[in-house]
Amino acid sequence: MENILKIDKVEKYYGSRSSLTKAIDNISFEVDKGEFVAIMGASGSGKTTLLNCISTIDRVTSGHIYVDGEDITKLKGNKLNKFRREELGFIFQDFNLLDTLTAYENIALALSIQNVSASDIAKRIDKVAKELDIKDVLKKYPYQMSGGQKQRVASARAIITNPKLVLADEPTGALDSKSAKMLLERFTYLNKELMATILMVTHDAFTASYASRVIFIKDGKIFNELHRGSDSRKEFFDKIIDVVTLLGGDLNDAL
Amino acid sequence: MMLFKLSFKNIARSIKDYAIYFFTLILGVAIFYIFNAIDSQTVMMQVSESTYEIIDLMTSMLSGVSVFVAFILGFLIIYANRFLMKRRNKEFGIYLTLGMSKRKISLILFFETLIVGCISLVVGLVLGTALSQVMSLLVANMFEANMTEFEFVFSSSACIKTLIYFSVMYILVMIFNTYNVSRCKLIDLLNANKKSEKVKLKNPWLCVIVFIVSVSALGYAYWCVTGGVTDMQTADKILIPIALGAVSTFFIFWSLSGLLLKLFMSMKNVYYKGLNSFTLRQFSSKINTTVFSMTIICLMLFFTICVLSGAISIRNSMTSNLKTLAPVDIQLDKTMDISADSGYSPEIIDDSKISVSETLDRLGFDTDKYFKDVIEFDLYASNDILIKNTLGSVYDELVKEFPYLYYDDAETFIKESDYNKLAKLYGLDPVYVDDDEYIIISDVDFWTDIRNRSLEKGTPITINEVSLTPKYNECVNGFVYMSSNHINTGIFVVPDEVLENMTRETGILVANYNANDDQGKQKIEDMIIGLDKSSYSPNTDIQASTKLSLYEGSIGLGAMITFIGLYLGIIFLIASAAILALKELSESTDNKERFRMLRKIGTDEKMLNKALFRQIGIFFLFPLIIAIIHSIFGIKFCLYLLETFGKGELLKSIIMTAGIIVFVYGGYFIITYLCSKNIIKER
Repeated sequence: MENILKIDKVEKYYGSRSSLTKAIDNISFEVDKGEFVAIMGASGSGKTTLLNCISTIDRVTSGHIYVDGEDITKLKGNKLNKFRREELGFIFQDFNLLDTLTAYENIALALSIQNVSASDIAKRIDKVAKELDIKDVLKKYPYQMSGGQKQRVASARAIITNPKLVLADEPTGALDSKSAKMLLERFTYLNKELMATILMVTHDAFTASYASRVIFIKDGKIFNELHRGSDSRKEFFDKIIDVVTLLGGDLNDAL
Repeated sequence: MMLFKLSFKNIARSIKDYAIYFFTLILGVAIFYIFNAIDSQTVMMQVSESTYEIIDLMTSMLSGVSVFVAFILGFLIIYANRFLMKRRNKEFGIYLTLGMSKRKISLILFFETLIVGCISLVVGLVLGTALSQVMSLLVANMFEANMTEFEFVFSSSACIKTLIYFSVMYILVMIFNTYNVSRCKLIDLLNANKKSEKVKLKNPWLCVIVFIVSVSALGYAYWCVTGGVTDMQTADKILIPIALGAVSTFFIFWSLSGLLLKLFMSMKNVYYKGLNSFTLRQFSSKINTTVFSMTIICLMLFFTICVLSGAISIRNSMTSNLKTLAPVDIQLDKTMDISADSGYSPEIIDDSKISVSETLDRLGFDTDKYFKDVIEFDLYASNDILIKNTLGSVYDELVKEFPYLYYDDAETFIKESDYNKLAKLYGLDPVYVDDDEYIIISDVDFWTDIRNRSLEKGTPITINEVSLTPKYNECVNGFVYMSSNHINTGIFVVPDEVLENMTRETGILVANYNANDDQGKQKIEDMIIGLDKSSYSPNTDIQASTKLSLYEGSIGLGAMITFIGLYLGIIFLIASAAILALKELSESTDNKERFRMLRKIGTDEKMLNKALFRQIGIFFLFPLIIAIIHSIFGIKFCLYLLETFGKGELLKSIIMTAGIIVFVYGGYFIITYLCSKNIIKER
């Protein structure tokens, strides 16, 4: 299968020569088109740093990141912004919706900064709203929505541009378990039906169990990797828990 | 000591974000000092005694205005301070959770205000002292005086005054802060940033109705001060259009913000283009909460524009008026033929029988030697011919329209031959009347209009049993009395013989000084003023208006009005621009979050900057536009009020006002934009 993301010996250091922190220590892996990958790790394991590097919010110290064959560590300035708005979709833990805009306008913003026409925007939002079951909240403001609704609106904004890669940073982190479950089912739907490639960072085993592959990170290195294969979600969840136990006490808060 | 250190660090940290606040404080101190130090700038000027009197008057008026200015600045500082405090709620929350007492937090704020106050006072006074040296050039120019020599002037009285006024303001801020801290709750402080603003869209129909009502109310207020201005005879009547204007301005902002948003939202292609939807929402979400301050700013700008353009044009028109209104060097007048039962002393009554030239003779002044081009004549009046008698059938409607005019005053008459002699000397067109005709001379537009209404009807008048009819159906523009402004409300020119045996009201002598140069003229002028000391002078009430004194008075008055106008105008302008700027900047924390989100979804820097520029631009422009519309009518009204000063070159003063506004307001806009850009920038 064609690979959409290729991480090649990426390293990220913080601090000066005297007190060096290796947030990411020589990580390499690949994500194929249509895959749903979860990256798991405790706080401070470097998973968010990795995501920030992929999303070009942060820069790598060494190594390369290829998205669809293009080395994004070489991009600069407006090319970076162009790459971000055209190739990537973002979902954040704290939703990152603009509180002054309605749900509809928040979603539309992702398209209007690409100069998509208003009528086209309306059509595409209509479609994505059906898929994510947010038709009822389109006219509402973020403060009028529940956490789950907000996160689905944010997801709609992330996928409406048909990005090559959807990056999700702890998407269920601020949700109650019911909303989290509903959101993850939508993710599965987007992944299966719309062939969206999703890379999700989480420290929650339940969330990770919805993915088709889980990569474990500890202290900036890849610790383990699990493929779901033909397992049921429950079986996959148990396997993940086993690895988490192996990883040590750091991940006690996994459930 | 620890607290002091903390205060100091807080200031050092936030100095970049709140540069505009410091800048405004410093500017406020500097301007306050400059205008209070003006009198000390005048010491190096060569000016006459009468100019000194005007400078004295100006100084006391400026210090009166300073009290008002202090209120404005005090309001500004407290308002700005409240903004800055709001932004720091979280910081205070952290102090409280760390176990710091509220008293200690108050102490931190006390130190902060103390440091900010001291720095701004010192820097402001230094800046003010430096700028006031430049100001002395302007002062000399305004009074058309020569500078003896340039010297460095420092006014310690102005300095002390500035220190006292600003100390009081800062103390008020400290009290206000302490009160605020003692009142706040920890939970609110910590959660202050998390509270997301509720955006309420207003009912569009309600907006339309409110908009229509307030626009009509504003229209009525406009009409009151322009079309219907003649109804405004007492000062209290102006309060109605002012109140109407202020209230309707508020509601226009209130409704317009909702309407404009609705309108743009319906234009889908515009709304969903780039960051337009974001910018508009930013604007509308803020205008919902800031309609009130927008109104205040708009009204302050309106005041600024009117005061600046009015003050500048008064000076221009006053000096240009003088050339035509004071055509000769001196005009002497005295009351004639005081009746025996008036209660005056016999000496004065006797004196009122003799002419001006004879009086001068008795005072020991040689008219032949010092005067040339002498014309002496009398004005006549009679208690039988009052203003109401000459208005004929128009009188009844005028009483209804203008109940406060002096209809019971006696009219003034002049012989045709006397007027024509005078007109020749003044450079006015001569007039001719037949045996049964009269002409009215007037140079006050308001009175010209009133008298024209009666003249159109051909209203006849009767003097000494001779009936006269108007020659023209309108007044002739001209004047008899020399003055710095238009004061001739109507003088009847009638055939000479009609006035025989009539009571003389005023004897007038006009002349030029018999001297070739300014120094010679000044010498004669001083002699005239010296006549006051003559032993005969208590018995006579001769009045002199001289070209030189009119000139000085007019220049002085013009300069005084200009300085007060500049002072108030600039303070108001700075206050309103600073409020806007601080409001924008204090919201930069919210904006920073929002712009970070936009950046994360891949918006170009250029697009972000454009959105920021537009957002701040709209915020600055909106009140300015409404203020300019107000000013069009406000300036018209000012012109009407100041009609007697003549119609100056309004265009010039408007251009100067626009220049000042563009410089100060535009400057604040650009600084705000650059600071905001800096704040939203990712580190």
